[in-house]
Amino acid sequence: MPTFVYMTRCDGCGHCVDICPSNIMHIDTTYRRAYNIEPSMCWECYSCVKACPQNAIDCRGYADFAPMGHSVRVLREPEKGTISWKIKFRNGHEKNFESPIRTTPWGSIKSASEYAAPNPDAFKSQELAHEPEALNIDKLPALTPDQLKQGVV
Amino acid sequence: MGLFTRRKTIFVDSDILVIGGGMAGCGAAYESRYWGRDKKIVIVEKANIERSGAVAQGLYAINCYMGMQWNENQPEDHVRYARNDLMGLVREDLGYDIARHVDSTVHKFEEWGLPIMKDPETGRYLREGKWQIMIHGESYKPIVAEAARKAATEVYNRIMVTHLLMDKTKANRVAGAVGFNVRTGDYYVFRSKAVIVGAGGASHIFKPRAAGEGMGRTWYAPWSSASAYALPILVGAKMTQMENRIVLTRFKDGYGPVGAYFLHLKTYTENAYGNEYESNWYENTKELVGDYIDRHPVPTCLRNHAILEEVKAGRGPIRMVTKEAFQDPHLETIGWENFLGMTIGQAVVWASQNIDPKHTNPELTTSEPYVMGSHATCSGAWASGPEDYAPADYQWGYNRMMTVDGLFGAGDTIGGTAHKFSSGSFTEGRIAGKAAVNFVNDLGNDQPQVSEEEYENLKKVVFQPMENYEVGRNEIVAGTVSPSYLLPMHGLQRLEKIMDEYVAGISSHYTTNEPLLTRGLELLAMLKEDLPYLGAEDLHQNMRAWELQHRVLASECVTQHTMFRKETRWPGYYYRADHPKLDDNDWHCFTLSRYDRESGEWAMEKAPVYHIVD
Repeated sequence: MPTFVYMTRCDGCGHCVDICPSNIMHIDTTYRRAYNIEPSMCWECYSCVKACPQNAIDCRGYADFAPMGHSVRVLREPEKGTISWKIKFRNGHEKNFESPIRTTPWGSIKSASEYAAPNPDAFKSQELAHEPEALNIDKLPALTPDQLKQGVV
Repeated sequence: MGLFTRRKTIFVDSDILVIGGGMAGCGAAYESRYWGRDKKIVIVEKANIERSGAVAQGLYAINCYMGMQWNENQPEDHVRYARNDLMGLVREDLGYDIARHVDSTVHKFEEWGLPIMKDPETGRYLREGKWQIMIHGESYKPIVAEAARKAATEVYNRIMVTHLLMDKTKANRVAGAVGFNVRTGDYYVFRSKAVIVGAGGASHIFKPRAAGEGMGRTWYAPWSSASAYALPILVGAKMTQMENRIVLTRFKDGYGPVGAYFLHLKTYTENAYGNEYESNWYENTKELVGDYIDRHPVPTCLRNHAILEEVKAGRGPIRMVTKEAFQDPHLETIGWENFLGMTIGQAVVWASQNIDPKHTNPELTTSEPYVMGSHATCSGAWASGPEDYAPADYQWGYNRMMTVDGLFGAGDTIGGTAHKFSSGSFTEGRIAGKAAVNFVNDLGNDQPQVSEEEYENLKKVVFQPMENYEVGRNEIVAGTVSPSYLLPMHGLQRLEKIMDEYVAGISSHYTTNEPLLTRGLELLAMLKEDLPYLGAEDLHQNMRAWELQHRVLASECVTQHTMFRKETRWPGYYYRADHPKLDDNDWHCFTLSRYDRESGEWAMEKAPVYHIVD
C-alpha cells in the first residue's frame, strides 16, 4: 500500500526523503512537508514509515485490491533493538507483534581493516577473509577438476 | 545546449568501484577492504545503502546456509539441489564456490548483530528447511550496510549509474562508469581500475498483474531496474541463460512469500474444491520433461506448471491450507512475522480483506515473470570461475570476472548460479572483491584510462530526456501527451505490454513461439528507436528514463535468448509452444549472447554444461 503523509504531523525533516529506496518521498515546495510523488512505484517497504520521527507517515492499501478501513502500524526502536507492529483488520480485529532487530549496539561492527593484514601468500589462495576459522570447520572445501561430465546426470 | 553546460561534472577516482550497494555490493566492499588495505574503494548507489536493493525491507530467512559445522549439508549437496531445481543447467563451479564460503558470511552476520533464531534443543540455527535458517531480519540491510560503510573509502548515495566507461588504451577493458545524482543533477565520472557490478535484476519488464496503483507491489523490488544486465551488455560482456525468467507462486496480490509456510508451518495447497491436484498433472508433466518430474524436491517450475494447468482446467483458485497450522499460536506468530519482516504489503492485503489465515485458507497466484540471478533462476553475465577447479572453458582470468577485463560481478549480475539468495549474493560479492584486489595489484603501471570524448558525449546523452522535455513542453498546452516526447511511464507500459503479449507473460499463460518472438523483437526495436525521445520533467523522471533504458536492453536480450533456445526447458516459467518439450539432446547447454552496440546485433552461441559434482 502506498504511503501518504499526515499534514499536521509532518515537520518536513526529510528523513523519509533520505531513506526511500524508490526515491519517491519528496518535500512539497508549497507546504514544506513530505509526500509520496509516485504511489505506483511504492513497494510498501515501510522504510519511510520506520524512519519518520513524527510518526507522520502511514500506508493505505493499494486501491487496485485493498478495501479501505485497515491499518498496519509500526514502531521501530533501534536503541531498544525491537520493532513492534499493530495490525488492524477492516472488521476491527487486531493483532500485535514484536520482534528483535539487532543483538549488538549500533555502530559496533569491527571494520574489515581492523583485522590483522592478510599474509601475502593468502592473496592467491581461495580463502576469503576470516577463513577457514569463520567457517567453523578445519579447512575450506574444494573440488578437483578431474571428474567433468557432460550430458544429463 | 545550455542544459548540458550548466551541469557540474564531478570526477571520482578509485581502485575498485562497486556499482550497487545491495547485498552483493556490500560484500564486495567488505572483502575488497580486507585484502586491499591501501585501496580506494568506492560504492555508488542509486538509493541509500542503509535501505537499498532487494533486502531493503528486511528478510525473515537466510535461504542459503550449509551448516557445515554441524555436518548438515556439504557444498556438493547444494550444487545437486540447484542443478535439480534448474532442470539440469547451472554453473556448478560457481555454485559450489558460493556454497563453500557462505557459512563464513552467515557467521559474520551473526557476530555483527543479526538475530538468528536458534533451535532451543540443539542450540543450532533454527532450520526453516534444508537450506534455510530463520532470522529476525528487519534490520538485515542496515546491519550489512554498516559493515560496508566502514569498509568503503567513500559511499555515493543517490547516483544512478547509466553507462560503463571503457579503457582507451585496451579495447576490451573497463575503466569506470558515469551517472548522475538524482537530487542535485551533478554529472559523475568514476575512473576506476576495476569495476564490480552488484546492481539489481529486473522487475517491471513484464506487465504486472496489478496495473493501477498496485503496480508497485511487484514480487521483486520496483527499483530493481535491470542495471545488473544493461551495464555489462552495453560494453559487450557475454550474458547467459537470460531466457530463464522466473515466475513465483505467492499469496495473491501482496506476493507474500510461501517458503516458511510450506517448510516450517507445514501448510499445503489444494484446489478450489479442496482437492490435491499435483498428481492430476504428473503424466502430462512427464510427457514434457521426462523423469525430471520424479526428482526430489520437485523443481519449482514444475510445481508452478501443475498450478497453471489446474487453474486452466477451471479448478482455481489454488489455496494454501493454513487453518490447521494457525491454530498453534506460535506458528500463527511466525506466519505473520514472516510477512512483517519482508513483505509487509501482504499483511496489509489480508488486513484489508479480512483474511485471517486461522479462519480462511488464502489464495495463491502465479506472478508475472522476473529476470534475475539470485533466486530459483540464474540469468546473468557469463563469468570466469574459481581458479582451483573450474573447467578450462569456464576460466579466462580472475574469479567472477566477466568477458570484459577488469569487469566483475556478483549477486543478480552473475549468471548460472541459482539459489544464492541474500547470503550467497553477499558471498559472491566477497569472492569478486578479493579477485578485483588481485586484478588491481597485478595491473602494475598498465592502468586503464577513460576517454574524455566518451564521457563528454555521454553527458549529453544522460541528460537528453530533460532537454527533450524542456523544449517539447512548449509545444503543448498542458498534460502528458506530446508529439515529440514520451514520458518514462509511457515507455515502461509499452515495454511491459510487448513482453507480456509476445515474450510469454501472464496474459498468454506464459506461452510464446517463434512468430510471436519475431514480432516482439520488431516492436522492441521500435521502442528502442523511440528511447532517445524520452522526456523527463525533472531529475527523478530522468532516473526513471534511465531505468527504462536498462530494462529495454535487458528485455531485448531476454527475447533473443528465448528465441535461441528451441525447447521448453522450464515449463511453469515459460513455454515455447512450437517446441513444447524439454530436449536434452540439443539443449543441455547454456545459451550465451553478446551485444554489439555499434550494429545493435546480437550474436548467440551455446556453451557446454560441465557437471563437476556427481
